[in-house]
Amino acid sequence: MYSPCLKFVAGFLLLVSAVGADAQTRELRVCADPDNIPFSSRDQTGFENRIAALVAHDLDARLIFIWQRMGRGFVRAYLDNGQCDLLVGIPQNYRPVLSTRPYYRSTYVFVARPAEPAISSLDSSTLHDLKIGVQVVEEEYTPPGEALARRGLQAAIVGFDTTGDGADSIVRAVADHKVDLAIVWGPLAGYFATKAGQQLRITPVEPEVDPSGLPFTFAISMGVRKGNLALRDQLEKILSQRAPDIRAILDEYGVPQLPLATPRDSDGVAN
Amino acid sequence: MRGSRKLSLAIFQQPVLLFFILSLIILFAHIVACTAFAQTSSMQQPVVEQNYQPRSYQGQLEPDDGQWIRPAKDFASTRYSSLDQINAGNAKDLKPAFTFSTGMTRGHEAAPLVVDNTMYIVTPFPNNLYALDLTKPGAPMKWVYEPVPTPASQGVACCDIVNRGAAYDNGKIYYNTLDNQTVAVDAKTGQEVWKTRVGDINKGESMTMAPLVVKGKVLVGNSGGEFGVRGWLTALDAKTGKIAWRAYTAGPDKDVLIGSRFRPFYPQDRGQDLGVKSWPPDAWKIGGGGVWGWISYDPQLNLIYYGTANPGPWDAEARPGDNKFTSGIFARDPDTGEAIWFYQFSPHDLYDYDAVNENILLDLPIRGQTRRVLVHPDRNGYVYVIDRTSGEVLSASVFAPITTSRGVDLKTGELQYVDEKKPITGKVVQGLCPTAPGAKDWQPSAFSPRTGLIYIPHNHLCMDEEDLTPNYIAGTPYVGANVRMYDAPGGYGGEFTAWDPVEGKVVWTIPDHFPVWSGALATAGDVVFYGTLDGWFKAVDAHSGKLLWQFKTGSGIIGQPTTYKGPDGKQYVAILSGVGGWAGAIVAGGLDARDESAALGFAGVMKDLPKYTNKGGMLYVFALP
Repeated sequence: MYSPCLKFVAGFLLLVSAVGADAQTRELRVCADPDNIPFSSRDQTGFENRIAALVAHDLDARLIFIWQRMGRGFVRAYLDNGQCDLLVGIPQNYRPVLSTRPYYRSTYVFVARPAEPAISSLDSSTLHDLKIGVQVVEEEYTPPGEALARRGLQAAIVGFDTTGDGADSIVRAVADHKVDLAIVWGPLAGYFATKAGQQLRITPVEPEVDPSGLPFTFAISMGVRKGNLALRDQLEKILSQRAPDIRAILDEYGVPQLPLATPRDSDGVAN
Repeated sequence: MRGSRKLSLAIFQQPVLLFFILSLIILFAHIVACTAFAQTSSMQQPVVEQNYQPRSYQGQLEPDDGQWIRPAKDFASTRYSSLDQINAGNAKDLKPAFTFSTGMTRGHEAAPLVVDNTMYIVTPFPNNLYALDLTKPGAPMKWVYEPVPTPASQGVACCDIVNRGAAYDNGKIYYNTLDNQTVAVDAKTGQEVWKTRVGDINKGESMTMAPLVVKGKVLVGNSGGEFGVRGWLTALDAKTGKIAWRAYTAGPDKDVLIGSRFRPFYPQDRGQDLGVKSWPPDAWKIGGGGVWGWISYDPQLNLIYYGTANPGPWDAEARPGDNKFTSGIFARDPDTGEAIWFYQFSPHDLYDYDAVNENILLDLPIRGQTRRVLVHPDRNGYVYVIDRTSGEVLSASVFAPITTSRGVDLKTGELQYVDEKKPITGKVVQGLCPTAPGAKDWQPSAFSPRTGLIYIPHNHLCMDEEDLTPNYIAGTPYVGANVRMYDAPGGYGGEFTAWDPVEGKVVWTIPDHFPVWSGALATAGDVVFYGTLDGWFKAVDAHSGKLLWQFKTGSGIIGQPTTYKGPDGKQYVAILSGVGGWAGAIVAGGLDARDESAALGFAGVMKDLPKYTNKGGMLYVFALP
């Protein structure tokens, strides 16, 4: 007899509380690149988009992507100016931001055709006879490019742009025999190697750190505005609790992953 | 000499004295040795000219009609006006005549042009062109032309989304948009006459330079040395916009337009396909060497002169060789584009020393002979005087603190780098002067024939490379050296210097807290104008540098002052205020993620600029009451 009434009251209360909660729901504004697969894409199919969704869920926050090409200047223009609160994947200890403990570590890898002899080291003597694709990030070669140059292999280097439409061109160049070998940042290589139309072999670059101090592995963290310790701490908790889920997402995208250092060691620069 | 030798012989006959003298000689030798050693890691400073006597210019300048039709005023790039109503006596009475807001907040580097009682200004991206009617009170807007460049080009521009202005010729205004289009606009109606896409943002190209129109050809060049572009200068038919020729900076001779008429002065610039051979295989294809600075023209010799930007990538170890023809100057035939000579200021550039700065064409007395020269204050810290017929370097004098080189060998033309200052990956190098923006960046100098002096706005900075630090672009991590810039000795970041190009010495200099990032203007009233990053527009005495007048504009000044005779017969002085550019980018906003990490690192010296000024573009025009 009372039940419909109670139900109504309960439903009404629920509705009110839901509306109230919705009004107070926090927003998680994430700066994300609109066109940079496998990391991020406007259709939210990048692995960083997926990880952002997972974090927003656990924070009980409404996820809002602020689409912005991650070229120069964007940290100041977007994160520092408060247009967004979070960068999903930045190298640990990237100076312009406050970074969390890293949640994965990856490496530059050799991408080769399986029929060719395996190469895992930058000191391999066979490198002299090859054409080697390396990524150019704006005006800088990525660390393997600089390491090749230091070994006197400038003549072997073929530079590839890494952003936008042409991001997969360096991997395709291996498949298409335009270069003999490429050295590519792991997440890009792992993802595009599966799409290359033929099997490609992926081998982490050795040594992990060049004698000159250049690292080839990078621990990846989330980044928040400097001073935003509260969000950083919440994120670290979630990253730790959700480590298996995040690993599963990264695996799905073929991201080569190295073991993370213990938290104590992870404060070091770069890796 | 002879007298002293006699004296020494007499002295040598006395043992005690001999011992004393020998000790002195040893001591002296020791001091010389130490000094020589110290000099290898010490700083070269400019020499100040004592007893300077004004030397009025004996050469010819173009006739002046009181207008201002191209940014550098004349083909010789003097930025000198024969107007003299405003003089050292009355400049203190200058008042604003009218102003005009561009409604934009990025860096305003353009020169206001004046043709047929109309003023033309080009804004930073989105590169609108405004025409203001000078015949009406308050100079109301006649029309605006909006080219609507693609927003994506903003992400490609290196150092703020500036534009350095337009050029007028034969009824049309010509200028470049950030997204690589050269446009011709009817100067009367504001209607687009033609628009030609000359570059590709997907290759990292952008355009910021002001064209020069020579003999019916619009000469334009690309920017983007920081993005692995391949630099070029292109000539477009002024009537149709059709590309007449394109000269690449690097690559095979046929691309560089090097043929039988190419006669460089120095042997290191001669040889077949040096634009390929002075690079690792294929590296010239992304080797930089943009053409984003100034072009001058000598109608008698029928030669144009322009500098090429730094080679890429920045990591110099990755590109062994001289990297021709970057960081140097070309003389070309404007009709065909053929190269006539080339000289490389900074072979195998190690420090981002673009060579795109202005070349002022003058006929100067050099060692008793009148020589047809060009004067070029380079990013590497030297003012070069070069024979513009042959490319021979006649002098190279220090105008700002230098530690990265020891001097220029005038026999071979070679810049003498200091080995211990060479950047090597993983090695920390400190005390590098000049810094990446150079002793002087794009900000153009002016020349006064009345004083014979060149007025150079410039930087006064050094830098340290610090530890390697992680960085990333769009998901891809790498490491860069953390660069920290700081004021050179003296504790200030910029100077406005009056320079005697014949003696190669400083006559006077005005220090400024910040780099002086505006252009200069010289006038027959012996008043020289320039602006500062904190927003002061200044008039100084051309002879003494004494401050005559200053006005605080709404934002920092990085524009180029111009002057003209108005329809009322009065002399006006115009300047765009609106901070930005590489130096002021910290205020104009959105700036450089890499300021603190990679080689751009300008923020260190600029971090207090926001306390002094705010962004916002505004034209100011001044006149006497």
